[in-house]
Amino acid sequence: MEYIVEMLNIRKEFPGVVACDDITLQLKKGEIHALLGENGAGKSTLMNILFGLYQPDRGKILVRGQEINISNPNIANDLGIGMVHQHFKLVHNFTVTENIILGYETTKGLVVDIKTASEKIRLLSEQYGLNVDPEAIISNVSVGMQQRVEILKMLYRDAEVLIFDEPTAVLTPQEIEELMKIMKNLIQEGKSIILITHKLKEIKAIADRCTVIRRGQLIGTVNVKDTSQEKMAEMMVGRKVSFRVAKERKEPGSLVLNIKNISVKNPIGVLALKNFSLEVRCGEIVGVAGVDGNGQAELVKALIGLVKVETGDIELKGKSLLNDSIRNRIDQGVAYIPEDRHAYGLILDYNLEENLVLKLYYQEPYSKKGILQKDIISEHGQRVIEHFDIRAGEGSTTIARALSGGNQQKVILGREIDRNPDLLIAVQPTRGLDVGAIEYIHKRLIEQRDKGKAVLLISLELDEILNLSDRIAVINNGELVGLVDGEMANENEIGLMMAGIKRGESDE
Amino acid sequence: MKAMNKKVYILSFVAVILGLIAGAFFMLVTNNNPLDGYYYLFRGGLMNIERFGNTLATATTLVFTGLSVAFAFRTGLFNIGASGQMLMGGLWATAIALTFQWPKPILLTVIIIGAALSGGLWGGISGWLKGRFNVNEVVSTIMLNWTAYWTIYYVIPKYFKGAFLETESRRIPQEASLRVEWLSSLFNGSYINLGFFLAIIVTIIIAFILNKTTLGYELKAVGFNRLAAEAAGINVQRNIMLSMMISGALAGLGGAVFYVGYASNMQIGVLPAQGFDGIAVSLLGANSPFGVFVAALFFGLLHSGKGFMSAMTSIPPEIADTIIATIIYFAATSILIEKLWDRFRRKGGRE
Repeated sequence: MEYIVEMLNIRKEFPGVVACDDITLQLKKGEIHALLGENGAGKSTLMNILFGLYQPDRGKILVRGQEINISNPNIANDLGIGMVHQHFKLVHNFTVTENIILGYETTKGLVVDIKTASEKIRLLSEQYGLNVDPEAIISNVSVGMQQRVEILKMLYRDAEVLIFDEPTAVLTPQEIEELMKIMKNLIQEGKSIILITHKLKEIKAIADRCTVIRRGQLIGTVNVKDTSQEKMAEMMVGRKVSFRVAKERKEPGSLVLNIKNISVKNPIGVLALKNFSLEVRCGEIVGVAGVDGNGQAELVKALIGLVKVETGDIELKGKSLLNDSIRNRIDQGVAYIPEDRHAYGLILDYNLEENLVLKLYYQEPYSKKGILQKDIISEHGQRVIEHFDIRAGEGSTTIARALSGGNQQKVILGREIDRNPDLLIAVQPTRGLDVGAIEYIHKRLIEQRDKGKAVLLISLELDEILNLSDRIAVINNGELVGLVDGEMANENEIGLMMAGIKRGESDE
Repeated sequence: MKAMNKKVYILSFVAVILGLIAGAFFMLVTNNNPLDGYYYLFRGGLMNIERFGNTLATATTLVFTGLSVAFAFRTGLFNIGASGQMLMGGLWATAIALTFQWPKPILLTVIIIGAALSGGLWGGISGWLKGRFNVNEVVSTIMLNWTAYWTIYYVIPKYFKGAFLETESRRIPQEASLRVEWLSSLFNGSYINLGFFLAIIVTIIIAFILNKTTLGYELKAVGFNRLAAEAAGINVQRNIMLSMMISGALAGLGGAVFYVGYASNMQIGVLPAQGFDGIAVSLLGANSPFGVFVAALFFGLLHSGKGFMSAMTSIPPEIADTIIATIIYFAATSILIEKLWDRFRRKGGRE
């Protein structure tokens, strides 16, 4: 069998950690090879070695059978290895063509030859079925389209091996399907793909073989066809993982959150949430399902107090929240797990104990007369870290930035749940997390519900909504399309509602 | 956190060394002996108790402007207007000193508190504009620098005109000056004044605010991540305004110690360079109060020694300024040094 890229017995150490230990990955020509592992398992390190960003301490890299020292990304480029990064590297006010040729411009005399480049891009786009308009401005095109521009960038540079780093993390279900088609086209045209991911469903759907690594160790390479999702999850996590969360049916209790006909404008001043009503009771999880950008962000901001509500009312335990500041709402028992933990959840440059008192520091005993009580803050930090099993190198004084995504999310979860809130608003609580962490977070959410708290779960992952929710509210274009009982719901029905098609009378 | 701080200080130290090496290079190029040059440069700032006093006096103003810039930095704001805030603090100090004949302790208290308030008001305007209308503080502080400049240009000749010159105020009387008899005679008649002790106290207070109080916790949280701070219920607008006010107050104090301590009158048509030097001091001091204090002492030493150096050798005083500029350059590009350092260590580790 002919391999296009072989990474043999790669070892890479960083001060204090072995990021990769004796890992071998062999990519056949024309295959989609998944690289599966939890966050922090060493996937990125391995790929950065292939891409020339790091030098391996031991082991060798063969490209088309020849041993090669990839000492910088330019060499990787010349070898036809290209990477589609998770966070796109695009200039937003440039056109597609300008972005693609950036750093690789063909010139006519002193002038950049945009026309020829543009034509070449159009041809490439057709050849691979990418459907990209070379003249479009990046800021005007969808996220899925931007990703395709990234792909085109690689194709334009004649990449033979494409590395996709968590490509579906930012896409809607439809866009994911599109992407999979594109990947198949790429394979048909003779390219080879390494797909970094921890979404088993996608591996199952598209990959030929799958290499699993765990904590820097190679666990094995399997043929995807002959392996179940459960088996791969077990290889990745190191123990059996249950996908279905066990939860008992419970009668919800008294009303906690009552959203009454609220309308909210988005930052451009357009009504993004229209006459939206929803109730959340003690002991239930209400899921809000919908395609991204249908008013979920505005709903959350209105609940937290980040935006003004135009009309309608929000009541917590029978009392209106509208005139309360963000802090007052927090003090009254509203907890919030944000979608973007780096932007809204954590102060990355603060250490864990400082982050864990972000919503407590102004109260006694954490501060007295404006003076922080470091000992108590530190004790509190250590307690929460232990209670929520947060893995941090230097304990409570670890800088939040140094933690893996899953552990960062646990910090937020710990901070919010430890305050024993009446209402927990969880927005995409498992975004970008690995299977083990997802399982943990789901368990904790169910636990809140079983303790008789109200949980509002807003997620783009339909599986998550279906798994956890007692009731499901479907939102489309800022309006409530309908409410479905969690037990009775099925994916098709919710999917149709997400597209805005109402169910007749079966509402409620 | 501790380890990170240590690294930052090492980087500052490396910046200083590289700056000095660059200075030596310039001296060589101008056909001078760098060893002589540095000998006289440091001697000029340290050789006797009077010159040492002058070094401390020069550093005093820089401590305040350095703290001012550093404090705003910690809240994620770039206060480039320390000069203007200094002028406003200095104007208050000069006006009070030239108007009232109160007992010295009362007079000095009013001067100092008032100067802090004036500077604080001046910085607060930028803070308010930023918090309320999201006006970039870099732009507004620069504009307010010139507003202060022209205010001084008008007010000083009109109300406090000097005895001989239109372009400066009357001399600050001894009773209103921060210079005191015992201190001047202790340092053999140097410029050193009570401002130096104020600088020590204020450095400690600022360190305390930043590290031990809920206010400091909030300010830094806003500086690190405005969005998360807001979502956690911290009033971002209020904190931005407060930060700029405190930053301005620090610069205002710098104005007071400069105009009624170091200098003996206020001149028009000058935007004090100390305000901008504060940015360098803050950078070199890694935005930490005690780091700023040490950096200010070092810059004070270079400033006060450069005259002696050029008197004793044929090295132009501009060389000292060049060294300072180079140090700023290296401090500002410390990320680059950090990268080289990491690479060096990695290479070393592989062998």
